[in-house]
Amino acid sequence: MSVNLTLLTVMGALYACGIYLIMERSLTRVLLGLMLLANATNLLILATGGYAGLAPMFSKDIDPRDYNDPLPQALILTSIVISFAVTAFMLGIIYRTWVLARRDEIQDDVEDIRVAETPSFDAEDDSEIPVETSEFPLTMVGTDGRGISDAGMSGEGAAGGSAERGSAIVKAGGREIKAKDAAAEEQPGSQNVTPGPEGGVK
Amino acid sequence: MNIASFAPLAVVLPILGAALTFVLIRHSRAQRAVSITLLSLTLLLECVLLASVWDGGTAAVNIGGWLPPWGIVMVVDQFSSLMLVVSSTVSLAVLVYATGQGMADGDRDAPLSIFHPTYLILVAGVSNAFLSGDLFNLYVGFEILLTASYVLMTLGGTGPRIRAGVTYVVVSVVSSVLFLIAIAMIYGATGTINMADLAIKLADLDSGTRMLLHVMLLVAFGIKAAVFPLSFWLPDSYPTAPAPVTAVFAGLLTKVGVYAMVRTETLLFPGDSLNTPLMVAALLTMVVGILGALAQSDIKRLLSFTLVSHIGYMVFGLAMSSVAGLGAAVFYVAHHITIQTSLFLVTGLIERRGGSSSIDRVAGLAKLSPILALLFFIPAMNLAGIPPFSGFLGKVGLMQAGVQLGTPLAYALVIGGALTSLLTLLAVARVWNRAFWRKPEDAENPDPVLLADPEDSDTGDRAGKRNVTLLPRTMVGSTLGLVAFGVALTVFAGPLFRVADQSAVDMLDRSSYIQAVLGENAPVPPIAQPEPAQQEGQK
Repeated sequence: MSVNLTLLTVMGALYACGIYLIMERSLTRVLLGLMLLANATNLLILATGGYAGLAPMFSKDIDPRDYNDPLPQALILTSIVISFAVTAFMLGIIYRTWVLARRDEIQDDVEDIRVAETPSFDAEDDSEIPVETSEFPLTMVGTDGRGISDAGMSGEGAAGGSAERGSAIVKAGGREIKAKDAAAEEQPGSQNVTPGPEGGVK
Repeated sequence: MNIASFAPLAVVLPILGAALTFVLIRHSRAQRAVSITLLSLTLLLECVLLASVWDGGTAAVNIGGWLPPWGIVMVVDQFSSLMLVVSSTVSLAVLVYATGQGMADGDRDAPLSIFHPTYLILVAGVSNAFLSGDLFNLYVGFEILLTASYVLMTLGGTGPRIRAGVTYVVVSVVSSVLFLIAIAMIYGATGTINMADLAIKLADLDSGTRMLLHVMLLVAFGIKAAVFPLSFWLPDSYPTAPAPVTAVFAGLLTKVGVYAMVRTETLLFPGDSLNTPLMVAALLTMVVGILGALAQSDIKRLLSFTLVSHIGYMVFGLAMSSVAGLGAAVFYVAHHITIQTSLFLVTGLIERRGGSSSIDRVAGLAKLSPILALLFFIPAMNLAGIPPFSGFLGKVGLMQAGVQLGTPLAYALVIGGALTSLLTLLAVARVWNRAFWRKPEDAENPDPVLLADPEDSDTGDRAGKRNVTLLPRTMVGSTLGLVAFGVALTVFAGPLFRVADQSAVDMLDRSSYIQAVLGENAPVPPIAQPEPAQQEGQK
């Protein structure tokens, strides 16, 4: 078996560009990267078929070694169809991301950031004093607008404290989200974004 | 006429169902009836297949009459038919659960009509992957189930789901590309992609090439099966999907990856060339995964981490490549599919009853809903490996095999496995303590649903909730059915372990598989033993 050098070089270039592109943060570039990777792989499969040869239509007079190997082409056909479906789906996702968040970027996971920032100290297990260490920083503020940690205190100092906390901001994915909304981020259906023109938000 | 000739129907029936439900997209009642009927038929067929190979033996079907190694082959043996039966049982339970949820919530969630066709295609992909006797057909099976899973993962298209979906899609596509590259290289090296034929021809390659192909396949399947360090994507993406979808993903998708690893390890690359790295990966998967679970406060995320962690047990069983280890791994896969799915289904119920799946925000469920507590408790203890449940039996089997092997690394894995089991117990006990045993009043920032008057907990229209049934009978019933199936795995563990051990013997021997596909006269190559000098070099 021998290999076509041009195909091989093109394949290598496609792989290199594809890998570079999927490292990007922009979703469109990631999609382009995936498409390049898929096409590079198709070339690789083609290369495994060996020499170019005659179309594999059987005739008694032709030496079997003159035919091209048809199997890799069948495989490529299947893999093209699959990558077509995936590309179409990714385009749908990218459009949806754009509608929802007005940005073509991979979003940070708010829950990951929360876990990363949670101290090992657990409010319920480790402390006598109910202080604010839970992942719902603002949820400790009761309906009357006062923090639980302020329950034992009195006067304007407590009210000032909770008011300040009421406007706490969590930074996530380059966006600033109100802390109380950030807590609800993982809830199905919750939206921390303003509705898009397509009515992306229900 | 062999009963195994009907094996392709396990793929065809769900696809037929998908087509029908797609036509019936505006008639949700007919859609439900069609999908449940066809999935039940599939399950029935697979039970017949399992019964036909229960006492051992392998049967192969040539699709379209093309003879192997040229045509596509489907292979039914104990391992694949056992996986088929367990996976279809689980998917049927989840389907009933999802239907119940859809009926309870009304047709407000419009994308639900697309759920049925997509779900059935997912099931077809899983069946195809389990039955495939051909590497490329395995790839196609993976792609079918993955493409369906992309749609299910982003169902409804809300912000968090799209965010999680992007990670999931990109990681899956990359792993598929790796798999495809591996297939291309294998075809280039051997000129065949039929697995039985490969088992013969790969033995003739020199050990360097073989090692390269081996590693490529392992990495591709390792991403799909979420083996550390390739497991980072899973806890990020699974929890945001709707509860039934997460449940079926957790049960099935990673296990298809494990199945593919077991097949390729035993059939294509027998011997112990990569057992040491696999064992290290298994240990790290177990320990790192469960440590992640301990940091979580959301039950779905916590369970996703235990899912990753317990994949380590299966890889451990596989890496021992002894009959005892592989048999225990097969049993463990069957057990884990059932248990992990039931836990996710229960979490969906907790979310409905308590308004949240965060263990800080729900409390007192044991009192509010004893049936829910029971449904959580049994699979949770089962997962943690408390006697007498199947989780305990599977883990004991693995540890026995590890002690039998007796190398220092195997002992380390036995200790790691016991530690992981205890930490799993700690993680689920934390959920139990906070979500079930606390007083409802202790919940931090509880959802109004949780504190509503228990009197009207059947149908209440209370603050922020539309008039819905909190715990619809279909949902509780299907969860109960799956939990009961998990308990049945414990009760019938004896015969099941016998089948698992026998399938391990067959898989390690390989002659049954190769001769079923290529005919009685096919040569079965001896297991390639790399020379010690080369092995040293590779390390």
